[in-house]
Amino acid sequence: MTTIEDIRSAVREGARLLPRGGGTKPGLSTPTEGAASLDVSGLAGVLEYDPGEFTFTALAGTRLAEVQALLREHGQYLPFDPPLVEKGATLGGTVAAGLSGPGRYRYGGVRDFILGVRFVDGHGEVIRGGGKVVKNAAGFDFPKMMVGSLGQLGVLVELTFKVFPQPPAYLTVSRRCPTLAEAVASLYRLYTARMDIDALDLLPGDGTATLQVRIGGLAAALPARAERVRALLGGGEIVQGTEEDALWRDAREFAWVPSGWALVKVPLTPRRIVELESALAGKAPLRRYSSGGNVAWVALPEPPVTLHAPLMALGLSGLAVFGPPGQARLGVRLGEAFERRVKRVFDPRHRLSG
Amino acid sequence: MNIDGLLASLAQLYPPDRLLRQPGELTPYESDGLTAYRSRPVAVVIPETQEEVMETVRLCHKHAVPFVARGSGTSLSGGSLPVKEGIVIALNRLNHILRLDPQERIAVVEPGVINLDVSKAAAPYGLYYAPDPASQQVCTIGGNVAFNSGGAHCLKYGMTSNHILAIKAVLPDGEVVHLGSESTEGVGPDWVGLFVGSEGLFGIALEITLRLLPRPETYRTVLAAYHSLEAAGHAVASIVASGLLPGAIEMMDRLAIQAVEAAVHPNYPEGAEAILIVELEGDAEQVEEEYKRLSQVIQNSAAYAVRVAQDEADRQRIWKGRKSAFSAVGRLSPDFIVQDGVVPRSRLGEVLAEIERLGAAYGIRVANVFHAGDGNLHPLILYNGREPGAYEQAEALAGEILRICIRLGGSITGEHGVGIEKRDYLPEMFTEADVEAMWRLRCAMDPAQIANRGKMFPGSEAPALRAIGLHPLERAGVISRE
Repeated sequence: MTTIEDIRSAVREGARLLPRGGGTKPGLSTPTEGAASLDVSGLAGVLEYDPGEFTFTALAGTRLAEVQALLREHGQYLPFDPPLVEKGATLGGTVAAGLSGPGRYRYGGVRDFILGVRFVDGHGEVIRGGGKVVKNAAGFDFPKMMVGSLGQLGVLVELTFKVFPQPPAYLTVSRRCPTLAEAVASLYRLYTARMDIDALDLLPGDGTATLQVRIGGLAAALPARAERVRALLGGGEIVQGTEEDALWRDAREFAWVPSGWALVKVPLTPRRIVELESALAGKAPLRRYSSGGNVAWVALPEPPVTLHAPLMALGLSGLAVFGPPGQARLGVRLGEAFERRVKRVFDPRHRLSG
Repeated sequence: MNIDGLLASLAQLYPPDRLLRQPGELTPYESDGLTAYRSRPVAVVIPETQEEVMETVRLCHKHAVPFVARGSGTSLSGGSLPVKEGIVIALNRLNHILRLDPQERIAVVEPGVINLDVSKAAAPYGLYYAPDPASQQVCTIGGNVAFNSGGAHCLKYGMTSNHILAIKAVLPDGEVVHLGSESTEGVGPDWVGLFVGSEGLFGIALEITLRLLPRPETYRTVLAAYHSLEAAGHAVASIVASGLLPGAIEMMDRLAIQAVEAAVHPNYPEGAEAILIVELEGDAEQVEEEYKRLSQVIQNSAAYAVRVAQDEADRQRIWKGRKSAFSAVGRLSPDFIVQDGVVPRSRLGEVLAEIERLGAAYGIRVANVFHAGDGNLHPLILYNGREPGAYEQAEALAGEILRICIRLGGSITGEHGVGIEKRDYLPEMFTEADVEAMWRLRCAMDPAQIANRGKMFPGSEAPALRAIGLHPLERAGVISRE
């Protein structure tokens, strides 16, 4: 599909459809039985970009890598730090999946940087919401509604984002803590400290846990700021340069997840880390807590649906990003009453329920 | 619609002192920050519990009577203007901070909690609630949520929507929904994002979970004076191009500066055609480095006077001028309209020249105060409501400014919402299909269209009576408009 008209026709033809961009999140872009895949990767290209405005508009199938290369030329970036860039993720897929990377800690997630949207709804109509300027309060906030919508409310065709100037330099302090409890205590200290932190991740090991704290800004100020982070952590190793870069690239690209394993996103708050760790013991061999403990990335060799019951018991939700089709939403489902009403408006015939 | 049936039921639910019916009691609720409009509701109820709010909404639904939820009534778009055949639900007594968890950086509040009170409660923990509309001393979180309020720090920190984690709300047909969670991340569509800014059309938020941020360690506030608006505009462009991300970039024109000088004496440099306020904030070492860069940019701009806040008191003095600009302009004229259009930042100069030309053509004075970093304009259009036709002229001028914003690819509202004021312009910014989709969504949430009827969508109700002069609270200096 390379034109909006193609997408409208496909929706109107009436088969159940699931949009697919780069296909980097197979748990979300593989259709269930009886549904068809709607390839929107051809609908690509940056339409408008004026660095002075801190905004750009692009077609939904545009690859993040292309966008980032363009922004980098002007010293700007996507502050929500989208994941799976190098694997080929698209703007539309990132919005529909509602995914942000570790750098979202500083300024917010994809929901905080999306400004405008155009989508084809289940009636085949092209609907626009939001705008192309950094501040706008006119009409219902369709752009935010589409974040995490998993293609169930409309096929994204065009998106506008806010961007920021990229910090010219980064540095990471890595601190291995002897116990998980100690790591969580340190995490809280940083979480509430009056300092600007770009990323704050916690990696549990065998009884131990490592904190990785990234700071960004003008190079001249970084060493002094790093010392303050170290003071709060009671020490820590400073990582810089290409090694530092690789550390966060691996986090963002999920390079730590073995091929063929399932990957589940679990939103939570730092308070729940210890609880989730005990609940997952023996069930999910790899975990990474990101954005100050606001999201857990859980990797396991078994089908993700095995996490459904433990997540339910904890009152948490999960999203299986890697995994077989039909098991995307796990654990508790929030806002269902609201969801029913919205679905009725945009897709009453369930054409977008692939 | 069965208003008598509703009133009978409400009399069962509320004691007489919380069910207002007398004209004298209703007067304070007749208008909000959009003072040009006035409308008297049939009754006002003052619930004290969430259950009372839910029950009231259910009764309104049952009897098909419209309701308008109201906090402090500071809306500048007429967002809380009553419906004359309906009731007002005044939420001021639902003003409890239910939970403040400094470790998790969360506050759970009721809708009637005052914006600034959240930051005050969080201050002992080194935390604050970032959205800071100029009316933050009186405006409530419920109203902020309904209209996605902004403030001076939106470029860096976003609007209200970016700081709301979860909402418990009663929909207009009485169903109670729980949206979002305490995490900044979510699974499934961002329903919280959709609810925020829905202008009361999706019902009433009963409990709101706010995200708190650690207070920046340091501020560095710089004020620069220019001999022309254009020169100040160029300075804004240079700051943006320098790679800096200030917490705020604010601008005022000559008329606004004069008004502020007369009102609060902030001692701004004399003879300025434009004043720019730029604030850096964050880690001390970082701000120090950024300040070096900012100083260079401002030195290279055409600023003829530059002032740097020496201490917190000095910083507050600079901000006081900016934050009291609207009420100060109110002293120049018996009435004024505050506009809220947005243009791409690079078109600021163009739109200001256009506003100046229009003002001259209409023979109307316009003062400009704006969030330059966001391209969010606040032209203050001065008029005397006692002169026949003056309001119509002012409104016509305001409409022309909105159309310019749309033409330049901007928005009709940056932070005040559409409300009743700009509802006729919604179809100029969006296509018929867009507005139709929004309308269908409104109807899915509120089949009887009783929640804040007449707002956001064009032509859905007869215009309210017009009023003259400042709002009583504004005259008393309690509220100000931004």
